[in-house]
Amino acid sequence: MREITLRIEPGTFLGVAGRSGSGKTTLLRHLNGLLRPTSGKITFDGLPVDAYGARALRRRVGLVFQRPEDQLFEETVYKDIAFGLSGSGLGPEETADRVREALHAVGLGEEFLERSPFRLSGGEKRRVAIAGVLVMNPSVLVLDEPVAGLDPLGRRDILDHIGGLWRDRGVTVVMATHDMEEIARYAGKVVVLKGGSIAVEGTPRDVFRDVDALESAGFEPPRITRLMMRLKEALPEIDDGIGTIEEAAEEIKRVYRGKGCGWKGHDKGRAHGGIFSRQFDPSPDGPEDKDTVGIRLYDACISC
Amino acid sequence: MTLVFLADGYPSFLLLMLFSLTVAGAAGRPLRCSVKGLKPFLLITLFTVALKAVAVSSISQDGSGCFNGVIREGAVLSIRIVLRLFLLLTAASLLTSTTTPVSLMDGLEALLKPLKRCHVPVHEAVTVMTIALRFIPVLLEEGERIYEAQASRCAELNSGNPLKRAVRCVPVLVPLLVCAFRRAEELAMAMESRCYRGSGAGTRMRRLSFSLADIVCAAVMMALAAAFTCIEYAT
Repeated sequence: MREITLRIEPGTFLGVAGRSGSGKTTLLRHLNGLLRPTSGKITFDGLPVDAYGARALRRRVGLVFQRPEDQLFEETVYKDIAFGLSGSGLGPEETADRVREALHAVGLGEEFLERSPFRLSGGEKRRVAIAGVLVMNPSVLVLDEPVAGLDPLGRRDILDHIGGLWRDRGVTVVMATHDMEEIARYAGKVVVLKGGSIAVEGTPRDVFRDVDALESAGFEPPRITRLMMRLKEALPEIDDGIGTIEEAAEEIKRVYRGKGCGWKGHDKGRAHGGIFSRQFDPSPDGPEDKDTVGIRLYDACISC
Repeated sequence: MTLVFLADGYPSFLLLMLFSLTVAGAAGRPLRCSVKGLKPFLLITLFTVALKAVAVSSISQDGSGCFNGVIREGAVLSIRIVLRLFLLLTAASLLTSTTTPVSLMDGLEALLKPLKRCHVPVHEAVTVMTIALRFIPVLLEEGERIYEAQASRCAELNSGNPLKRAVRCVPVLVPLLVCAFRRAEELAMAMESRCYRGSGAGTRMRRLSFSLADIVCAAVMMALAAAFTCIEYAT
C-alpha cells in the first residue's frame, strides 16, 4: 500500500473495489489494528489507533473476514455468536439479548440458536459468522467480500440486512467487493484501488462516469449505467449516473413523461417504440447485436 | 547429512561447510537466502546451546571443578552444535528448495522399492509423506487467517497462564481441523476424479533416468566421503 489518504465519515457506506491483489484486504486489516502501517498513521474518532487497546478497538471496529464461516467452532450457534462477548463483563441476560439482536440483524430466526453451526448451509453459516461480529455492537462494520460465492438471492438478502444496519442504526459500513452493481445499490462513496493506491474515489455517480479511470483499474461501470450512457447519446436530457435498474426505470419514465408520452405499464409496443427502438431492439427476434441489459431494463420497466 | 552426524573435528566441519555452500551457490541460492531460511531455527539452536552448556557444567563440576575448563568445554561443544545444526539445515533446505515434491517422491519411492517385496505399501507411504510436506505451509497460512479472524472477534488468545492459553487455542484449533478435513476430502475427491489408483497403476509423465549428471553427482559425493574419512582419521 502506498500513499493512501482516506477519510471515512461516521455513517458512511463505503464501497472498496479493486481487482484481486490490489490491496483491498490489506487496507481493511489496517482498520481494526491487525496490521500496523509501516509509515503514516491511522486515527479513529480523533485518536491514533495505538491509543486504543487491541480489544477495545476491535469492539468498535468489527471486521468480517473473507469466508467468515471458517471461523465457526462452537457447539451451538448461540455460543458461537456470544464468543465475542466473553470477557466483556455482560450478564447472561444481556448477552442473550445481544445474541438475539445480532441474529435478527442478519435475518435468521431464533430457531437457529440451539443448532450446530456445522450443520447449517453455506449462506446460513456466513450469516451466523457476521452475527458473531455484530454482537459486539461495533460502530464501524468492515466486511471483506461478505457475499462472495453465495447464490444471488442470498447475496441480495445479506446485503439488504447490512444496508438496514447502516440505515437504521447508523453503523458506518466499509465493504470490499468486486461487484460494481452492489456498490451502486448500497454505497454512498466508493474507493477503487489499483496496485495498492487509490485510483478513483468519490460517489458512485462520479466514479461510474469516470469510465477511463475505472477501466484502468480493471472495472467498468455497471451494465445499467453503460446502457444509460448509450441512451444519453440519443436523449441528452437523460441522467447517466445511474447504477440500479430501479433508478433507471424511474429515470426513463421521467424522461418519457417529459416528452409528453404516457407510460402504460404493460404496453410493450409503446415502450418499444418510444425509447428503445432508437438504440436497442429488445424483442426476441430483434437484431443480433441487441444488448441483454436492454432486455433486463425493458422487463424492469414494464413491471413497474 | 549422514556425514554431518559423523563429523567430529573442525577440519571435517570446514570441509562440509565449504561443500554445502558451494553446492548452494551452484544451485543458484545466494548465501543471504540460505541464512535467512535459518532464522526460524535460531531459537532452537540457542535452546540447544543453553541446554548443552548446563549439562556440561553439571557433569564437569563432579570432576575437576575447574571453572575455566567448564566454560571452555561448554563453548567448544556449543560451537560444534551450532555448526552441526547449520550444516544439517542447509543440507535439508538445499534438498527441499532444489527438488520438487514430485521428483522427491519418485526418488524416495525408487529407493524404497526393495521393501515392496515384504508387502510394505511404499507408494502409499511416500504419497502420505509428500502430501503432509506439501500442506504444512497451507495449514500455517490458514491457521494465521483463523487466528486473525478470532482476534477480530475480541478473542483473548495469548494472555493468561499456560492452561488458560491451551483452552484459548480451541477457537483456532477447531476451525483449523475442520478446514484440514475439508481439504483432505477435497483432495481425495480430486484424486478420485483423476482416476488415481495408488501404486503401480499409473505411468509417469517424467521418468527418472540415470544420466551423466547423476554419475557426476555420485562421484562428487564419493570423493567427499573419501576426503572426509581421510581427514577424520588423520586428526
